[in-house]
Amino acid sequence: MTESPDSLLPLQPTTFHVLLSLTDEDRHGYAIILDVSRRTNGELKLSAGTLYRSIQRMLELGLIEETKTRPAPEMDDERRRYYRITPFGRLVAQAEVGRLRNLLKMARLCGVTPRTT
Amino acid sequence: MTLYRLLLHLYPSSYRAEYGDEMSAIFALELRRSQGLASRCGLWLAAFAEVLFNAGAVHWEIAKRDFRYSIRSLLRSPGFALTAFFLVTIGIGANAAIFTLADFVLVRPLPFPEPDRLVKVWEKHAGYSRMELSPANYRDLKATSASFAALAAYDDSAMNLVGEGAPQRLEGSSLTGNLFSTLGRPAWIGRYFSERDDQAGAPGTVVLSYGLWQTNFGGDGNVMGKSIFLDNQPYVVIGVMPPDFHFPTRETQFWKTFRFQEGAYTDRNDNYLTGIGRLKPGISLAQARSELATIAARLRQQYPKENEGVNASVIALRDELSTQSRLLLIALCGAALCVLVIACANLANLLLARSLARQKELSIRVSLGANRRHILRRLLSESLLLGLAGGAGAIGVAAAALPLLSRLVPNALPIQQVPPVDVRMLVLALCLTVTTVITFGVAPAIRVCRNAGFGGLREGVRTGGTGGHRARAALVIAEVGVSVVLLISSGLLIRALWKVQSTDPGFRTIGILTLRTALPIPKYERTNIREQFYTKVLTDVRSLPSVTDAAYISALPMTWRGGIWPVVVNGRSQNRTESNSASLRFVTPGFFSTLGIGIKSGRDVSETDTSDRPYVAVVSESFAQRYWPDETPMGRHFEFGLHDRQVIGVVGDIRVRGLERTSEPQVYLPYKQVPDGWLIGYTPKDLVVHSSQQPQLLVPAIRRIIATADSEQPISDVRTMGEIVAGETESRTIQMRVLITFTAVAIILAGLGIYGLLSFMVSLRQQEFGIRIALGARHGDIFKMVLGQGARLAAAGVLPGLALAYVAARLLESLLAGVRPADALTFSTAAGVCVVTTMLGTLVPAFRAVRVDPTTVMRAE
Repeated sequence: MTESPDSLLPLQPTTFHVLLSLTDEDRHGYAIILDVSRRTNGELKLSAGTLYRSIQRMLELGLIEETKTRPAPEMDDERRRYYRITPFGRLVAQAEVGRLRNLLKMARLCGVTPRTT
Repeated sequence: MTLYRLLLHLYPSSYRAEYGDEMSAIFALELRRSQGLASRCGLWLAAFAEVLFNAGAVHWEIAKRDFRYSIRSLLRSPGFALTAFFLVTIGIGANAAIFTLADFVLVRPLPFPEPDRLVKVWEKHAGYSRMELSPANYRDLKATSASFAALAAYDDSAMNLVGEGAPQRLEGSSLTGNLFSTLGRPAWIGRYFSERDDQAGAPGTVVLSYGLWQTNFGGDGNVMGKSIFLDNQPYVVIGVMPPDFHFPTRETQFWKTFRFQEGAYTDRNDNYLTGIGRLKPGISLAQARSELATIAARLRQQYPKENEGVNASVIALRDELSTQSRLLLIALCGAALCVLVIACANLANLLLARSLARQKELSIRVSLGANRRHILRRLLSESLLLGLAGGAGAIGVAAAALPLLSRLVPNALPIQQVPPVDVRMLVLALCLTVTTVITFGVAPAIRVCRNAGFGGLREGVRTGGTGGHRARAALVIAEVGVSVVLLISSGLLIRALWKVQSTDPGFRTIGILTLRTALPIPKYERTNIREQFYTKVLTDVRSLPSVTDAAYISALPMTWRGGIWPVVVNGRSQNRTESNSASLRFVTPGFFSTLGIGIKSGRDVSETDTSDRPYVAVVSESFAQRYWPDETPMGRHFEFGLHDRQVIGVVGDIRVRGLERTSEPQVYLPYKQVPDGWLIGYTPKDLVVHSSQQPQLLVPAIRRIIATADSEQPISDVRTMGEIVAGETESRTIQMRVLITFTAVAIILAGLGIYGLLSFMVSLRQQEFGIRIALGARHGDIFKMVLGQGARLAAAGVLPGLALAYVAARLLESLLAGVRPADALTFSTAAGVCVVTTMLGTLVPAFRAVRVDPTTVMRAE
């Protein structure tokens, strides 16, 4: 397991989105795809292959873990696996947000602001 | 969905087992939600692309992990890693280098368009299968033959370049105007000759080689149209040939055309043209041969006197290589393969031993739930890593070795000297490496993995399996056998080299400096002008301190094999055959004493043998013996070199054609008896100087003397006589050095192989030895037991090795210069060396066995 959250920065966009998706509740793979798509207004639509490759790497890095807690049987599908963000994963996500905030601050100081449409 | 599940098989199985179901479920959901054919098609296409990309990425990540693991694992056993790397590097590197060379010389098409249609055309006389064509016969063959799209001819033609810096001797070639178009390579710059350029009276034109253009003219394109002076005659530069164009040899620096006068076609015994033809499409070599035979028969009828016994031969340009050069390369290929076999056997032994030694570790892993497939993949990646590293090393070895081996590229072929490192050969080498390491690295690992588990854990490393030991013993036996073959082949070739080197050339080789001052015609066309030059140079050179004598000759022995003339004795007109021809050389007085050639009877040529005196000759002993076997040759007459000559002296025979060829008897004529403008090619040009000190030290002084005699006269071919004679055995020496290197590697590897195997066996049998010693066995018994085991392995390898070596020696017979293939001394020495080396490999394990402490071993148990 990586010791310092900063050593994993910058995060890949997919990793960051998966972490964000798991901050409020545990989700299974497809739920993560739907959540990311909803939060990005459909701009980022993860494919199953990309998602599970990220999940495998995040499991190895200890950013997320598989949870045994499952929903009520009528809501469940036994093929599904549910994932939960770990405290380390939360620290890494916070570190990434901090990095992005500093980046934004720097851009503003240079007078670079987003175009308003 | 079945299709999607099939698609998921692109992922590694572990990954598929982990996530396959969920991925399928997600895809099924998306498929259900999609509406319309277009949307479904889009979904499938995206799925294909996405699986392809992600599966590749997952595999790559796993491979990276496995390689990292392998590097760590190999770094933990640096001895093993380095030995394996060394084995692959040597085994594959040697083969890549030798096979690149062999492919370059023996197989690869020559660098001309449709090279299979190019042939050489020779005259065939009794005793001479390849004699140059006379211009008259060339003209008749060309005019009447229908087999050739083009027939051209050339001759060597060295000339002096004056007026472009220091005077310089250039190697060149005179060609018929159609030669370049026959070969089919366009000029690099400018144009090459046309048939107009070789007509009598055509202006002199010259084409430069790329090398000469670069070195003498700085690669300047403006050289086109410029006049340069070759042998004081103006030639206009009309073109430059490409960098990789070498014809007829790599030494050729320029080309000019013949400008035959009508008189050139009168003498059908004046043979100096080498014919080169391009067969018409669809005409076979056999058809061309049969047609030329018919034409030659017709010419024999037409010119019964001049063309008696003269036939024509056609040989593919690719086959110009001598049998010896060919066999020499094939022998090296065989030796390289032997090294590969030994390296692979050693590598296999090493990897087998490692697998057996790791059986316990693997068993623990399997028992703890490790996936066998994972373990195998890691072992595979370890082998691949070794293979790739060794392959890279091998490429380095091959690239470094090729320039060293380039002396083995015969000059007879119009190809560059250093073969380029061939991509095909590299790919082949890499495939060979990877196959080797996977076969010998993974196959034993599969066996170990299959046996791994609780059984393996129980048995641990101690037994290792009898099958494994038998396989390792068989490999060691094979190594010993192949080493014997290499040892004997090298031994025989070394003896052959010694034999050739010990051949008496018939002249002095130590303390002799030679150099060439080829006097240009027409400046030196008159004999008395040449005399002044020789007299001035020789007088001054003889006055140098340490010089004991000096002389001039037409051409030094072993540097020119031509100049063979028919001999007519007692008015019997005979055609040139091996049995009635002799080599012709003009010499200045003192030639025999300079080169230490003994005058057996009579006298040397002298300054008084001038053209207004009777024409005389000094002949060699074999000449006298052939024509006047039981009579005194002195005062006898014979016709030779366009004149009647009287024998005034008999000298010892010399090897004109080289150490390994039979030479014709020799006839030496006085240098003053060359008529003006006659036999231009035979005017003395090679200076020989005998010095009581290092002959090379004389070079600056002699250069000054020649510059004083003629400031425009270039000097070339500065060599000692020792170097010329050593050049005779150069390719043999290189071949022998390569073979000795291969043999040394082989024998060391075989010794190490036995050492490794016995060390391993001793370590397995420690408990047994301990018990034996505890029960009273003497150290000597244990020592003898291990030694006996080594001796049995050595004997099992040496005996079949001897038989195989005999077969190899028979194949090499034509390279052995008369050494018998079953030479007892070589065979016994080689067997002895092999037994001693293998026994040396046995000693250390034997001592280790003796030192086993019974109490320690039994306590450990």
